[in-house]
Amino acid sequence: MLRNVVRRLAVIIPTLIGVVIVTFLLTRVLPGDPAAYFAGPTADAASIEQIRHNLGLDRPLPEQFISYVKALATGDLGNSLSTGQPVINEIRSRLPASAELTLFGLFFAIIIAVPLGILAAVYQDSPIDHFCRVVTTAGVSLPVFFTGLFFVYIFYYVLGWAPAPLGRLDVFFIAPPNITGFYLIDSLLAGDLETFQAALAQLVLPALTLGLFALAPIARITRASMLSVLSSEFIRTARASGLEPGKVIIGYAFRNAMLPVVTTLGMVFSFLLGANVLVEKVFAWPGIGSFAVEALIQSDYAPVQGFVLTMAILYVALNLAIDLVYGLIDPRVRMEG
Amino acid sequence: MNRREFLKSSSAAAAAIGLSGLPLPWSAAYAASRSDTLLLISENGPNNLDIQGVGTNRPGYEASWNCYDRLIGYGTKTLEGGGVSYDKDKIIPELAESWEVTPEAITFTLRKDAKFHDGTPVTAKDVKWSFDRSVTVGGFPTTQMAAGSLLKPEQFEAVDDYTFKVMIVRPDALTIPDLAVIVPCVFNSELVKKNATTDDPWGLEYTKNNIAGSGAFKVEKWTPGTEVLYVRNDDWKCGPLPALQRVIWRTIPSAGNRRALVERGDADVSFDLPAKDFAELKKGGKVTVASTPISNGMWCIELNVTKPPFDNVKVRQAIAYAVPYQQIMDAVMFGEAKPLFGGPSNMVETTAWPQPTAYATDIDKAKALLAEAGYADGFETTISFDLGQGITSEPLAILVQESLAKIGIKTTIDKVPGANWRGEMAKKSMPFMINFFSGWLDYPEYFFFWCYHGQNAVFNTMSYQNPEMDKLIDGARAAAAAKDTAAYDEDIKKMISLAWDEVPRIPLFQPYLNVAMQKNIDGYVYWFHRQLDYRSLSKS
Repeated sequence: MLRNVVRRLAVIIPTLIGVVIVTFLLTRVLPGDPAAYFAGPTADAASIEQIRHNLGLDRPLPEQFISYVKALATGDLGNSLSTGQPVINEIRSRLPASAELTLFGLFFAIIIAVPLGILAAVYQDSPIDHFCRVVTTAGVSLPVFFTGLFFVYIFYYVLGWAPAPLGRLDVFFIAPPNITGFYLIDSLLAGDLETFQAALAQLVLPALTLGLFALAPIARITRASMLSVLSSEFIRTARASGLEPGKVIIGYAFRNAMLPVVTTLGMVFSFLLGANVLVEKVFAWPGIGSFAVEALIQSDYAPVQGFVLTMAILYVALNLAIDLVYGLIDPRVRMEG
Repeated sequence: MNRREFLKSSSAAAAAIGLSGLPLPWSAAYAASRSDTLLLISENGPNNLDIQGVGTNRPGYEASWNCYDRLIGYGTKTLEGGGVSYDKDKIIPELAESWEVTPEAITFTLRKDAKFHDGTPVTAKDVKWSFDRSVTVGGFPTTQMAAGSLLKPEQFEAVDDYTFKVMIVRPDALTIPDLAVIVPCVFNSELVKKNATTDDPWGLEYTKNNIAGSGAFKVEKWTPGTEVLYVRNDDWKCGPLPALQRVIWRTIPSAGNRRALVERGDADVSFDLPAKDFAELKKGGKVTVASTPISNGMWCIELNVTKPPFDNVKVRQAIAYAVPYQQIMDAVMFGEAKPLFGGPSNMVETTAWPQPTAYATDIDKAKALLAEAGYADGFETTISFDLGQGITSEPLAILVQESLAKIGIKTTIDKVPGANWRGEMAKKSMPFMINFFSGWLDYPEYFFFWCYHGQNAVFNTMSYQNPEMDKLIDGARAAAAAKDTAAYDEDIKKMISLAWDEVPRIPLFQPYLNVAMQKNIDGYVYWFHRQLDYRSLSKS
């Protein structure tokens, strides 16, 4: 097992080198001139040139690349021009915000989608199966910015149940001391239940929005995978042997149907982490996705590179974790080494 | 849980925390000070707290304006249509108590009680250092200083601790107004120098994240991209103490949510609203709305006169007659802008600026002019605009496209991403642009100097070069410096008439700066820099 992990980690290195090169080149190939953008409204050619020089953009590409890699080796991802801060700090403070939102959204999605998928498979073509179909279709076809704004309109503007969509905390609360970066966990660690409650209240709507979107693939896969397992012979045998239905469905069928579900979960999670940009925008969530998109629009290279690199690392780590989980769920796919 | 309970519980929590002695000192103060605290929301936050920094964005100007002092400032005046605006003709003391102007120099006497936020007194050597910095660091601050003929460190002299002198290198009516804009603010020179490095002798890295000023507000906490938290500087001496003790400025990217927050009463001020939201909020009547024409600013169609057929004045006039002006006012601006068309004559009678052209939608006339120019069958061209301003320019472009089709001009629309726009402008290769420009200093010759002068600055996107025009612009500047009102008025009228007749740029409308606030907020003032001044605001 350990040897496997080490071997997998060794394979990651060339991937990451590739990611570094490609993102560096891609950001340079993109049209747009950051120097002109940041020179401001009344800049003349001379001041644009001066800014280009200050940013080091007048040097040849290979030279820029070498200094980028050198800085990278010391953990320096450069400075973001749009927020004025070192990228590494931005990522450090924004990644937990995105991760908290995504995990919570995924949690919502799982607790609804998995039981729904199982029920839809067990009671195929029943009203619950149709309900599952409607929910999943709606989840995929409603764009997240629409559901987000819709939720804000109903739950905040009309009903007044949800707190103001002002980001991670209401303005009159102070962020808990930074330990993990997850406000829910940090506030509990600090023993501050009020802040916990406030952070949770802010989290519910965006997480629901995201969850609704993530729900569809999970429910569909759960249903499909359960259907194929339920029609297999060992289930028929179990049923024939008079085992109670609960044990058959959860203990035998679901355990065997879990592999594709876990794969989908992994995919959905990594997808959500990058794709929750719109939710972050709607709810003023200071996450990593909206940060990267802003940076891209402004041709702000460093955050884009930092973002892609972080995502690549996360994605690789996630895949590794999922492979390891496979082994725990199903001994047949346990990696041999 | 409603807001009241929310606040109540938070103050209870704060009290509990206070008792248990956890290091959260502000909590109790926060919940208690709701009435002295302003919650401000806007689309973007600052990327730098120092206007002299590299690439500081507009919200950054706001932080600088409220946290630093200048030598002098502008007074305010009540506008005709209601509302209060800065007064470009009224210069008031800020750090300077008084000043004396001679043809060679302006000598400022500084007030003796002003202190930086760390308690050190503000002296002339700080002013000298700050001015040297602004003309040396390059980029925008240096350009802005140059607009007032403030060019080099040798011009500035700290005579003694409280006397500061600016030598005049050339007579320029804009020198004093330019000293009251955001750029020439005064830094705590010792503090910044202490934090400067050999690579960064002017301490730009330090002032990016830290305020080193003497202004009415201090930045208590800044979370880039999310929030700026200001507290009042209780020792501020340069004006009446602001009523607000705290300002919380949150970035809310979604326009719909900004609107919901202000309508629900959760946010006190929502700054810079889209025209549509503004029109609807005004109708809704739940909140106070203020809108002020953006001084020295116009939305225009710009025609590149080096690209045929736009080198032909008849073609340009034909297009000016084909623009669906009223439709643009109604459908794009929802009536919330000042029309710059349909005036009595292109030979203007006043020096008012901006003022309307005589063009109005007249398709037959446009067709006739086009035929005269030899383009009876029309031609093809590309309309370009900045996608960053797409909320206004995109529908505008579509209306113009439709209308031009009626006179046989086929157009394709080219949306240029915000980051590329400035670069594309500098290339001067776009034939037909829809664009906005506004100048800080509200003088027509200033606008013309950037947009029509043969020096061909980046804003002269039309590459319009006409010696006659240059003579008028230079003449107006010289006349202003010499205080020769008659010659100045004459030049300005001729300059505008020439621009309207030759129409390299077709004025459409003067937009408004829109602000929505709760009914208990008072003291809003419009400023040339189009950012919010917290000093005059109060909350009852």
